[in-house]
Amino acid sequence: MGLARRLQNHPRLLAVGYKANLWIAMKLKFAIRMVGEKRLARWLSAPEEFTKRRIFDCKMCGQCILHSTGMTCPMTCPKNLRNGPCGGVRPNGHCEVEPEMRCIWVEAFERSQMMTTYKDELHILQPPVDRQLEGSSAWVNLMTGKDRVTPAGWGDTPRAGG
Amino acid sequence: MLPPPKSDGRLEKVLRAGLFAVTAELNPPDSADPHHVFDAALVLSQVCDAINATDASGAHCHMSSVAICALLTHAGYSPVMQVSCRDRNRIAIQGDVLGAAAMGVHNILCLTGDDVTAGDQPGAKRVFDLDSIQLLRTIRTMRDEGCYMSGREITVRPRLFLGAASNPFAPPLDWRPHRMAKKIEAGADFFQSQYCFDVPQLESFMKRVCDLGLDEKAYFLVGVGPLRSERAAEFMRSNVPGVHIPDHVIERLRKTPKQHKRAEGKKICVEIIQQVREMAGVHGVHLMAYRQEELVAEIVEEAGLMVRRTAGGATPNGWRAGRRPARPGSHDARRHPDGND
Repeated sequence: MGLARRLQNHPRLLAVGYKANLWIAMKLKFAIRMVGEKRLARWLSAPEEFTKRRIFDCKMCGQCILHSTGMTCPMTCPKNLRNGPCGGVRPNGHCEVEPEMRCIWVEAFERSQMMTTYKDELHILQPPVDRQLEGSSAWVNLMTGKDRVTPAGWGDTPRAGG
Repeated sequence: MLPPPKSDGRLEKVLRAGLFAVTAELNPPDSADPHHVFDAALVLSQVCDAINATDASGAHCHMSSVAICALLTHAGYSPVMQVSCRDRNRIAIQGDVLGAAAMGVHNILCLTGDDVTAGDQPGAKRVFDLDSIQLLRTIRTMRDEGCYMSGREITVRPRLFLGAASNPFAPPLDWRPHRMAKKIEAGADFFQSQYCFDVPQLESFMKRVCDLGLDEKAYFLVGVGPLRSERAAEFMRSNVPGVHIPDHVIERLRKTPKQHKRAEGKKICVEIIQQVREMAGVHGVHLMAYRQEELVAEIVEEAGLMVRRTAGGATPNGWRAGRRPARPGSHDARRHPDGND
């Protein structure tokens, strides 16, 4: 496991990074108006992909909920589950689909227990993924609010991602 | 006051009345002959309150759950339609749900689904557009708000009793009761669990479920089934996702002479039913007798669950109202049927 991936086992540290990221993103909202969303996405998606792929094996779903899932990317689950583990987790805590891999939800649960701020966000009901956002920058979507748009029939809006 | 029923089905009526419910899984045929479905249903209908129509369980292709439900409702049976997220996206599923309600399906069980690699066509594309919790919430919106996920209106709402799966035996064990709570929040009215062979573990799970007050919010049916032999048990343990069989159960079957193995497997199942029946928070059992459907009636009878059952079984109108005499301290005596919501 690379050094960057090992960072995942320090979710509290990552949560601090997340908070800083969120603060910067909110402060930079005005940049969207100045440079335009498309150009900003062009600038940001490469560094975002570079860092998040190395640390979280990010799949660029464009609507990041990492901090709610123990700083563990739910899209790395072979079934893309966003709300918790399926019933197929093996007795040793490994994945039903890939027996060599630990279930990412077992890891998410362990890591969320280590966290302080976002510990209980694991129990938030996550809305369906907007597949139109796949491949786009979650940082920009956070600034525009696109990552929190849910279908009209879904009801309430989830909290900010990042 | 009791909240109004969510469906017109027998399963909900039985559970609301505080009776110990029995559901059973129909083994879907690999055939285009409807009589294979009717024959299998006839055996089960005499002894259970609803028949589960599986949706390509274990990622093996069989007759689809929608088609089985069409045949069953046409013949007057009351099925539980299983919907898995593996094969269809949100558009297909919402359409199927409306169609099912139109056919007379009263119960839908929302599942994530076993992965395609568990089946005999591992090269298939996996969909998993929604997960089981998002699926529950979507169907609840259709039922309660009268609209699709998009917000577009549905003129006549489907009246459905919504089910979810629960696996008290898979890690992370500490999270499992909370996951059940999340499913209830998303709309689950009842649960059908994975095979239970480990009663002490179920007991500790149910204790936490009751501590969280979830037994008052949804009905819990424990999954049970007979094992054919120790070899079948070992095969299930290593090949069927999410099935946990303790060593002592396998050892017990191994020690049994060959000609008595099936009877012993049935006996284990009956014993488990009798134990879970006394457990707080348990409202019924869900029988899964893979390729041993003929045993279901015997198991129900030997477990002492035949008392209120008459010919007609799982038909919507064949249910005879009336309470089974409650034993002191038994589940029925404790529970009042207003637990839902």
